[in-house]
Amino acid sequence: MVRSDVQLMLDVKAGDDASFDFLLRKYRSPLVNYLYRMVRDTATAEDLAQEVFLRVYRARKQYVPSAKFTTWLFRIATNLALNSVRDSRYRKLEVALDAPPEEDEAPWELPAPEMRIDEHMIERGRAEFIRRAVGALPEKQRAAVLLHKYEEMDYAEIAKILDCSESALKSLLFRAYENLRVQLAPLVGQPVAHRAEEGRPS
Amino acid sequence: MKCEDISKELIAYLDRRANSAERRAVEDHLGACAACRARAEDFRKLWSVLDEMPVIEPSVGFDARLRARAGAEPRPRWFGWLVPQPRLAFSMAMLLALGVWMAKLPGTPAPIGTAAQAEQAQQEDFNAIKDLGVLENYDVLTKFDALSELPSLPAAQAERSSGK
Repeated sequence: MVRSDVQLMLDVKAGDDASFDFLLRKYRSPLVNYLYRMVRDTATAEDLAQEVFLRVYRARKQYVPSAKFTTWLFRIATNLALNSVRDSRYRKLEVALDAPPEEDEAPWELPAPEMRIDEHMIERGRAEFIRRAVGALPEKQRAAVLLHKYEEMDYAEIAKILDCSESALKSLLFRAYENLRVQLAPLVGQPVAHRAEEGRPS
Repeated sequence: MKCEDISKELIAYLDRRANSAERRAVEDHLGACAACRARAEDFRKLWSVLDEMPVIEPSVGFDARLRARAGAEPRPRWFGWLVPQPRLAFSMAMLLALGVWMAKLPGTPAPIGTAAQAEQAQQEDFNAIKDLGVLENYDVLTKFDALSELPSLPAAQAERSSGK
């Protein structure tokens, strides 16, 4: 019999550590990838994923199945990731104020629009270009896209994780995909700027 | 539907999660607006492009490291249920203190139907305090040196009568 995530977690609550192992094996890869795409650093993503699982384990005795297990798991992960990104940005700002930037430090920003996008792609590779485009989105838009596109969650679940209404989430997703459409125009089709003459909004 | 209205409905439409009324409204707009039609087509292509996003694997030692950390967590003790939660313990202590304070309030009326018991209790209280003055001054009466210098009662009477 296949046990649901909620049942597995209730078994963990009852003292069955093997059920925790099962949840770990099921979600470690999605969680590490989600966090990696959020924080853009492998080591940090693994540390945060460990922290997420540890928090779940610590809270096992108080677990009440009031929501889907994945909602709880990814909400913890999202909060940790957003805090990490903000802390990292603050540290970088402190460094930037104190010292000149190192020459070998690769910037995370996408190339300027006037830069030839195909040259950049040849250098970094298509997949890396996509990763950077997603990574360049504002944090909440990035989280919304990752949960929608890669975790395939429904709107209600994503809205709970991001603490917003479903209506606000749909607008957020629209803006995020619109940003990606512009940034990844060479991969999607002809550049969006060239389409300006095709049609006017009604 | 206008172009600005489609921002809330287009994603659900492409996801096939829009209801029939929303779907019809979006389709009507896409039929009339080339820009939004192109955008919808791009979103579909974009989603397949995003499938190429690189995937990473957790490091080999990920599970072992987590198990070690989870194993180092304090285990729940069998007598854990005896240990009260801090908030509960505080509430109980406050309730107990309130109870003691209220019990000590003066003027608590005697319960009806126990008049005899109340009278008996009053008598016991009187018995307990009737000798209180003597008891309180007991040390003074027995140990005060000045009193020992007083003449005894018969001697004092004799002195008084001879003085007359």
